[in-house]
This record gives sequence, C-alpha cells and structure tokens, in this order.
Amino acid sequence: MSNSISLTVNGVARKIALDDPRITLLDLLRERLDLPGTKKGCDRGQCGACTILVDGKRINSCLALALSYDGADILTIEGLADGDNLHPVQAAFIAHDALQCGFCTPGQIMSAVGLIMEGQAGDDAERVREAMSGNICRCGAYAGITEAVLEAQTEIVARDRRQAA
Amino acid sequence: MNSFEYVRATTIPEAVNAASAQGAMYLGGGTNLLDLMKGGITRPTRIVDITHLPGLDRIEWLPDGGVRIGALVRNADLAHDAKFARQFPAVAEALLAGASAQLRNAATVGGNLLQRTRCPYFYDVASACNKRDPGAGCDAHGGDTRLHAVLGWSQSCIATNPSDFCVPLAALDAMVEIEGSAPRTIPLEEFHCLPGDTPDRESVLKLGELIVAIHLPSAASRFAAHARYLKIRERTSYAFAVVSAAAALRIESGTITEARIALGGVAAKPWRARAAEKTLAGARPDGAAFRAAGEAALADAQPSGENGFKIELARRIVIRALKLAAAGTPERIPALPASPFAAAAGVLLHA
Repeated sequence: MSNSISLTVNGVARKIALDDPRITLLDLLRERLDLPGTKKGCDRGQCGACTILVDGKRINSCLALALSYDGADILTIEGLADGDNLHPVQAAFIAHDALQCGFCTPGQIMSAVGLIMEGQAGDDAERVREAMSGNICRCGAYAGITEAVLEAQTEIVARDRRQAA
Repeated sequence: MNSFEYVRATTIPEAVNAASAQGAMYLGGGTNLLDLMKGGITRPTRIVDITHLPGLDRIEWLPDGGVRIGALVRNADLAHDAKFARQFPAVAEALLAGASAQLRNAATVGGNLLQRTRCPYFYDVASACNKRDPGAGCDAHGGDTRLHAVLGWSQSCIATNPSDFCVPLAALDAMVEIEGSAPRTIPLEEFHCLPGDTPDRESVLKLGELIVAIHLPSAASRFAAHARYLKIRERTSYAFAVVSAAAALRIESGTITEARIALGGVAAKPWRARAAEKTLAGARPDGAAFRAAGEAALADAQPSGENGFKIELARRIVIRALKLAAAGTPERIPALPASPFAAAAGVLLHA
C-alpha cells in the first residue's frame, strides 16, 4: 500500500510517500525526514518529549497518524531559530539553565512556544506550571523551565508590541 | 501495532458505509486509539479517518439558546471559546482539568465520549479482562482498585469511565447526535452502558454509527452563575480522576430552585445523582443540605475491592463541589482547574 501526503515542514513544502499506514508524525520526522530533534520518550502521549506545533498548536507527534495530517503545517525544534539567532524561548532556556540532560528539552521548548501563542497563562507562574504539565523532565529542571517560560513570554510580548508600534 | 487499511472519508455517508464493516474503527484525534493500538489492546483492521469531514469542527449557537458542538471540535478549542465558557463554565473547567495541553489540542469532543477505561488490567494484555476479551475473567478483582468503581459495577467488570468532560455534560442534560442507518439524538445519560455481563459493550452505538455532535440545551446555561467541577487525582495536574463531581445550582432569593449533580471516576458511566438533586430543590444552600445531598448521592455505593474510601471521598467531593457552586462561578477558571488546591487567581501555591 502506498499513500502520498503533502506537508509543510519548517517552512518547506514537501510531498511524502508513505509505504505503511502506521507511521506517526514522530517516526516520519525522525526516521524519514532526517529531523531527529523531536524526541521519542514514552511513545504513548505521556511524556511530551515529542511535542511539535501543527498549524500553530502543540500536540504529541507520537499519537498523530501521519496520513491523517495531510496538508498540515509543521514546526519542529529544527525550524525554530532564525539562522544563528535563537528563538526567545531557546535563549531563555539557556539563560535560566532550564535543562540538565537535555532529552526533554526540544519538547519543553516547543510546548512553551505553543503555550505562549495560546496566550492563556500570561505572567502567572501557577498557570505556566499547569499548562506545561504535559512535559515531563526526569532531571527535575522544572524551576528553571518555569522561569524561562515566564521570561520568554515577557520578551515575546514586548517584541510584538515593538513590531506593532 | 497491527497493520490496517486506511480510509479517509470525505462525506458522512461515506464514513458510515466504510465503518459498517466488522473490525473497522473511526479515527478522530487519535489520542486514545493510537495508544490502544500501540499496546495491542485494540486491533482494528480498517481505520476510517473522519478528521477531514467538513462542518463537524464548528460550535453552533442555536436560535433557542442551546449549542451544537461538532464532534471534531478539539477539547482545547471548546474550553477556550469565551461564549461557551461563560454559558457552561463547569464544562469548560472539566475540559481543562483533563489530560495535558498537547492532548487537549488534538483530542476531539466526540472521541472523548468514546475513550476507553484506564483500568490497568484492561491495558495490560497479560491480565485477564472481560472487556478486552469477553469471558476471560477480571484480574482487577482483588487487585489495585483505586481507580475502580463503587457504583453500577458487576462481577464481570469494575472499570470506570475516565472522562471529565462527560460528568458536567451528564449533569446538564447533554444530548448526543448520531448518524448511521437511522439518525438519532439521545441523552448522554443513556449513551454509556453499565457493564452487567457484557462489559465489552460500552455504549449504545451500533456498528457504523458515528457521533456527529453534542448538544447542550439552553436550560443548561441557567446554572452558569453557580456551576463547578471538582476533581481529586493522585497529582495536581495531568492525571485521571480518583473521584470527581460536577455541581450546578439555580439559587433564587436564597433558596435552591434546581440542582444538578454528577460524579466521575465512580462507575462505568458518568453518574448522574438525581436523588441527591431532589433533596436540594427548595432547600437553603447550607452545609446541612449539602451533607444530605452527599449522603443521597452515594446511598447505593458498594466497594468493588479495597476502595471503600472512595465512597466517603465522593460524599465529601459532592459536598465541596456544591459549596463551591453556591459561592459562585469564578470570573476566570482557576489556574489549577477543578483542583481542591486551587487558590485565588495569581496566588502561588508551589513556588
């Protein structure tokens, strides 16, 4: 069986032939499109390491059947920075030491980018923690992650305000 | 995961036709189905993808003030719809108390009604389970039963329905619109089945039938000023309910004119507590009335294992949910939705 889907991945339009209907977006990115930045942790929607943005919204790519996402616009950790200029969330994670081993970090960062775009948490640390609960960090870098998300949120709001002015 | 035939439906009749074959299953958000398929618990031979069906992703306000929620509306989109959250705050709070932000962005409201129990013996294919393998027996009996039923269970199955969303829906008289050979709209309260001797049959859906929408009647929005959802779980976020309750009140001149109560995490279906509701009609919203309602709600409860604590816990959750509802729906859903640890907005609890 062969099916073909169209995806925009990190700004590049791609036509992709799938020889197996079972392929998830996670496996497609890692094994077929040479984008291993998105991590496979539990592969069952529990850890959040595989978080990507689909049409601007964060989802677990391990529970997304690739065939079902025909036509989607996908952003992964590889597409986040602007050349050598880090995305504000990436910069804030470094500034706040918001990682130890780094395995969960791409998922944490993509989740934080999604969270800030959702615009629900604002500068409330409790809301940030609640909204990031789908991303597990085995090293326990949660305090730094929360600080990084809050700082990036402030930075992005200020940047958007400057651009609007 | 076993392999399967993939069919992408473009119309509802096409979807119903494709899913009317034995072994076929609908795919919506996939957040539960793919997990079950990876674990070998569910083994469909055909997947009918309905996510590209037009028109099912809309929230439509009806002329009579009710709302029709398309089956493909994502949980997060419904919870964050400002008008919906204002009219049905307990439903929005329940949605935000479930799963994680990533899962809520993918999971559909139709799929929420069809999610499977999180009984660990159902999930473990090495355990006996009458739901997964009819006639095999039930290893949950005598096992770890914290998440298991205290109402409506049977010797063949003690699993619970894990949905948060369905609890306030049951309390608020939601209806389920179904397409198939004979389209019909039925009360949500009649949608899920108690296990009896056939725990593999979890809903009244027949082969090929498709949920296309969920309706909330305009009367349900009359509770908007006094409606809450409260959920006890093993951790503050991203966990299934040990026990939960939706409570909604209409209070006029200091008297309850109408009450709605439903429980989650206690049975194979969202558990509407009608006897408890009756005790509150005409009562003053005080501790004594709420304690009587809590007693009535759990009057028929029986432990299904070492989970007798859930009966007293559920009584207290009913009482507390009623107290919260009587105090008034907050302006904004708390930072920790449905949590007993929720404080006033902006107050840091775990900093």
